[in-house]
Amino acid sequence: MRRLESVAFGLFALFMGAAGSARADDLLGQPTPGAMDLQPGASALKHQAIFFHNWILMPIITAIAIFVLALLIICIVRFNKKANPVPARWSHNTYIEILWTALPVLILTFIAIFSFKLLFAYHDMPPPDLTVKATGYQWYWGYEYPDQKIPEFDSNVLTEDAAKAAGEPYLLAADNALVVPVNKTVRVLVTGADVIHDFGVPAFGLKIDAVPGRVNETWFKAEKTGIYYGQCDQLCGVNHAFMPIMIKVVSQPDFDAWVATKAPPPAPASSSPASGAPAASSAPAASSAPAASSAPAQPQKVAQAATAALR
Amino acid sequence: MATAASDIDHSHDDHDDGHGYAHTPPFWIRWLFSTNHKDIGTLYILFAIFAGIIGGALSGLMRWELAEPGIQVFQDSGLFGHFKGFLAGHQGYNVAATAHGLIMIFFMVMPAMIGGFGNWFVPLMIGAPDMAFPRMNNISFWLLVASFVLLCTSMFVDGGPGPGFGGGWTLYPPLSTTGHTGPAMDFAILSIHLAGASSILGAINFITTIFNMRAPGMTLHRMPLFVWSILVTVFLLLLSLPVLAGGITMLLTDRNFGTHFFDPQNGGDPLMFQHLFWFFGHPEVYILILPGFGIISQVVSTFSKKPVFGYLAMAYAMVAIGFLGFIVWAHHMYAVGMNVNLQAYFVAATMIIAVPTGIKVFSWIATMWGGSIDFKTPMLFAVGFIFLFTIGGLTGVVLANAGIDYSLHDTYYVIAHFHYVLSMGAVFSIFAGFYYWFEKMWGVKYNEFLGSLHFWLMFIGVNTIFFPQHFLGLQGMPRRTIDYPRAFAYWNHISSIGFAITLVGMAVWFTLLIEAAVRHRKAEANPWGEGATTLEWTLSSPPPFHQFSELPHIHADVH
Repeated sequence: MRRLESVAFGLFALFMGAAGSARADDLLGQPTPGAMDLQPGASALKHQAIFFHNWILMPIITAIAIFVLALLIICIVRFNKKANPVPARWSHNTYIEILWTALPVLILTFIAIFSFKLLFAYHDMPPPDLTVKATGYQWYWGYEYPDQKIPEFDSNVLTEDAAKAAGEPYLLAADNALVVPVNKTVRVLVTGADVIHDFGVPAFGLKIDAVPGRVNETWFKAEKTGIYYGQCDQLCGVNHAFMPIMIKVVSQPDFDAWVATKAPPPAPASSSPASGAPAASSAPAASSAPAASSAPAQPQKVAQAATAALR
Repeated sequence: MATAASDIDHSHDDHDDGHGYAHTPPFWIRWLFSTNHKDIGTLYILFAIFAGIIGGALSGLMRWELAEPGIQVFQDSGLFGHFKGFLAGHQGYNVAATAHGLIMIFFMVMPAMIGGFGNWFVPLMIGAPDMAFPRMNNISFWLLVASFVLLCTSMFVDGGPGPGFGGGWTLYPPLSTTGHTGPAMDFAILSIHLAGASSILGAINFITTIFNMRAPGMTLHRMPLFVWSILVTVFLLLLSLPVLAGGITMLLTDRNFGTHFFDPQNGGDPLMFQHLFWFFGHPEVYILILPGFGIISQVVSTFSKKPVFGYLAMAYAMVAIGFLGFIVWAHHMYAVGMNVNLQAYFVAATMIIAVPTGIKVFSWIATMWGGSIDFKTPMLFAVGFIFLFTIGGLTGVVLANAGIDYSLHDTYYVIAHFHYVLSMGAVFSIFAGFYYWFEKMWGVKYNEFLGSLHFWLMFIGVNTIFFPQHFLGLQGMPRRTIDYPRAFAYWNHISSIGFAITLVGMAVWFTLLIEAAVRHRKAEANPWGEGATTLEWTLSSPPPFHQFSELPHIHADVH
């Protein structure tokens, strides 16, 4: 029944030029079974993208598709050989040719206004409140919080049974989530350790390649607490389908509490370097990463070693 | 189109000419050492059908796998748990996806359109006795066969993570260098080198033929639009393929000879390959569709019994599309972290392509407008093409916007988009051309009922496959994944049902071929009547082994 409903809605929406307008029952942060629209947004950027898609692009392309279909149907009905046995011989009409060249230019210009606004909004990051570094490995993500001194930890896919036990969607759920505070600008530095991966989270409209040898930057500001899932979006080898991204958006106090469990305790000024040690047990990551991590990862490791030595 | 009349009736060429002229060489000489453009065209078409069966079977395996969540077909123990090693496991799925892409592009669409219809009908339409370089034509074809053998071999030899190369048809390093250490990728590189050489030779041949061998009075502006489309296409091939060849040669030396072009640890840049690849890759997608534009123009004009609307605009729209195709490549790379101003440029340039494309679509409709349209099978495919290609073009306008591409890049929305323009655009135009010239090429008639049944099954089938994939993409389903979250199950299932419908359609097509061969109804020189005005219809069906020993004279048609 729900499916029929969704099909009916989809067809309706399609013809109304509003396919994908956020439905009340669409899940936030993950795909909805049988849904036909963009995943609902959880950040201002994605809202802007959804507006651009649902209210600018979709009405225009739907109207053009229906217009072309209507012209074809008229041709089929009026100009088939039974209805119109004698063909016309004309093959030129300068006015209409100018019209169908100029009109598309105007339509495209109209689209471009909104398109450029959205594009530049994506690249206009406010001063970040938090920086996290995401590194793509074959086939898991490593997350690191340089400002909170949380060393890199792994985020692996949950097995089907584990996901079921945890009540989370298989192939989207990970063992260790990326935890961020709500309503804060989070800068994500993305790189790849071995091959190119891609950090994609639909609810925030994020998609940025994790390229070895290059640190890409993107950002998001989550409006609501909750769990937001994404996946690796660039073919990266045999387990490409099995390296999900799981972002847990929590309140600032919860985030601080989480940081406290992850990060080494703030070192007193006179403390010995050894006090940095407990971090290793709570975060198994950095050392377990494949030895073959590439160039960009190495300075990072060196930096970690340096900070550890300072402590 | 101004190519209407020729003052000689050529349908009796084979009788008029001196004895021995119509005699064909013995079988092996004729088909292995062929220098006849029609025979080579036939070889190309048979080759494309063969490759299409393999490429289609691979897509069938993928749709079968994706019909339900979980791993069913590509099990670690082999295909369906049998056939040890071949297409096994996750690697097997990636290999199938990679091979499907490469085969459909290089060994199905290109050979059918350029090698097949181009070889067959460019000389006939411009009133030339043959191609300019008949022996080069022969080696173009056989290089492609060798190339195909290499690519198929690649699926069986070690790739690194398993048999075959599973890095996608885009061959991005480092997955294609350090990610695939086995020889399978080297086989693929050599295969693409040969295919590229074959296409460059073909391109030279077509350019020379079209520029130098037109019959008296066949000016450039009187050439049929199909010839124009091939002319633009082969220029794209000539200019873009060397760039691909350079890129994959750098891959080859990175893999085998210690260079570091794309290796970041040694000062290389993996993104450099993507720029090189897409500088070829974007013109390549126009190479796949432009000959289809030409075919559709011929078919629509013939069955509407009206000259093509806005002939010059149609020809130069193709030239414009070809030119623009070279300056939009990085719209495939919005997610790589390019400078925002550069992205803005590629957004603007890409959207401009919609203008000449719109001119073409509206001109086809204007050609039909006021016509007396006969909905024979080729015309069904042509009308289907116009509508479905329009849908694919419109989703292309959506994807051109970097801001929304951040949500749709590398999802099934992209898959749906390019299959609407290729699997429905290019393939529908190939079928339109195939039925349009069926009698001309094979000398027998096809069964009209089976032809329209084939069209309707294909039309329903491919739409059922690909329309739901828009929804999957909007919801964020990544492409090239062997398994997916349960939320994507519903539309994937529908999509796989669509494949089954398409499969029935293809079965009808093969039935049609067999029926036509068995019944062997004698073809007419011109089965389509007054609307078919190009020179090939002045010849018998099939045309004599050598035609136009006396060149036709073309004079301007009265518009």
